[in-house]
Amino acid sequence: MNPLLLWFHKLGSPPYFYRLAGRFLPWLYAIALITGAIGLYGGLVVAPADYQQHDSFRIIYVHVPCAWMSLFVYAFMAANGFVALVWRIKLSEVLAMASAPIGAAFTFITLVTGSVWGKPTWGTWWTWDARLTSELVLLFLYFGVIGLYSAIEDTRQAARAAAFLALVGVVNLPIVHYSVNWWNTLHQAQTVSLMGQSKMDASMLWPLLTLAFATHVYFFASLLTRSRVALLGLESGKEWVRALVNARTGGRQ
Amino acid sequence: MTPTRKRRLIAVALIVTAVGIATGLTVLALGRNMTYLFSPSEVLAGNVPGGASFRLGGVVLEHSVQRDSASLKVDFVVTDRFHEMPVQYTGILPDLFREGQSIIATGKVENGHFAAREVLAKHDETYMPKEVADAIAKAKAAGNSQHQAQ
Amino acid sequence: MTDFFAMHGYGAYIWTAYGVFFVVLLADALAPLRQRRRTLAELRGRLQREAARDTLSKSALPRSGS
Repeated sequence: MNPLLLWFHKLGSPPYFYRLAGRFLPWLYAIALITGAIGLYGGLVVAPADYQQHDSFRIIYVHVPCAWMSLFVYAFMAANGFVALVWRIKLSEVLAMASAPIGAAFTFITLVTGSVWGKPTWGTWWTWDARLTSELVLLFLYFGVIGLYSAIEDTRQAARAAAFLALVGVVNLPIVHYSVNWWNTLHQAQTVSLMGQSKMDASMLWPLLTLAFATHVYFFASLLTRSRVALLGLESGKEWVRALVNARTGGRQ
Repeated sequence: MTPTRKRRLIAVALIVTAVGIATGLTVLALGRNMTYLFSPSEVLAGNVPGGASFRLGGVVLEHSVQRDSASLKVDFVVTDRFHEMPVQYTGILPDLFREGQSIIATGKVENGHFAAREVLAKHDETYMPKEVADAIAKAKAAGNSQHQAQ
Repeated sequence: MTDFFAMHGYGAYIWTAYGVFFVVLLADALAPLRQRRRTLAELRGRLQREAARDTLSKSALPRSGS
């Protein structure tokens, strides 16, 4: 077997993953906190006010990174769900199900901050345009995945059923992303593009990109923490978990 | 890949593709009803069912805003730069409402003008500091005057 | 400083948005820690019960298959 595949197999083993994730976690949280603080300082203090929206545009620094995460986390969850369905890899089930509440949190923040931003700029808290509606559908998809997972008794069967729902819901991702191009919406079009010119001055753009990086790192930190807890529960009968619990109890026997 | 895994892979792929196609067709079919707003040209061409409430979108024509001094009543003209539509509205306007700004008004046509219940401001995806915006405007103005001088 | 918090009249909107961002992410960060404590306590209890059962069966006459 080639070394990369071998490493992948090793990573799929719960005790190895548990230990490796534990080693990375403090670094991930630290990086997320530091870059997040830099980004927020940049967005709230350093970046100049917008020529039209004045200071209210600063909501972009929490709204847009969370909106990107709501789509990214869903894609990550669906990809792991796909692996879980076809190859029945336990770790993929765990990663997919651990992503769902984090993604729901990011989607919720996106909707609320968008609403709070919409009131002063557009003049309304909410409107049923294609972008806002499809993002709300995304939140309900996350709720569906979480609900289905907790509704079925057998954890592994529940994970596969929920992964299936997650996979089917992938059709909503392009709708959210392209809604502003496909239909007339109140929501404006994409500001930042990976390829080509972003429609934002550089002095305002860097805090946004910094925060986007921070939220990605935070996602992986939260994901690993949740996955480790889930693995402890799933593998509770296994020797490595016993050893770990015994070590933590400090050999009181 | 073992036959079982292959079977699962094909089953999952087929179902996801089927749902994708179904959603795509639904979205296409809904395309007409998904129209969030109509432009003045579309309204004047009679594309909007008469008497019905709809959203009118366009730019507030420069120098067209007339505020009533005694009440919150505002008159202005919305244009898509081809055709124009007079609008009447009573109420508080959003911060971004100004001449030359894109707006979306909800209401219906009443004897020749659009009676708006609600006026929302649409903003574009461009963000820049005031100094940059001023510099661009200045450069544009300079370019224009140069053009006129020639 | 007061100017900073006022944000030229947009303070209420901006601080609400940033507040929601912090509170929701903090709740997200704390949720797995609480779950972790619960899972560990449960596992510890189970191991202790098993240990107690083992010493009990060892003190009794050795039975086959247990």
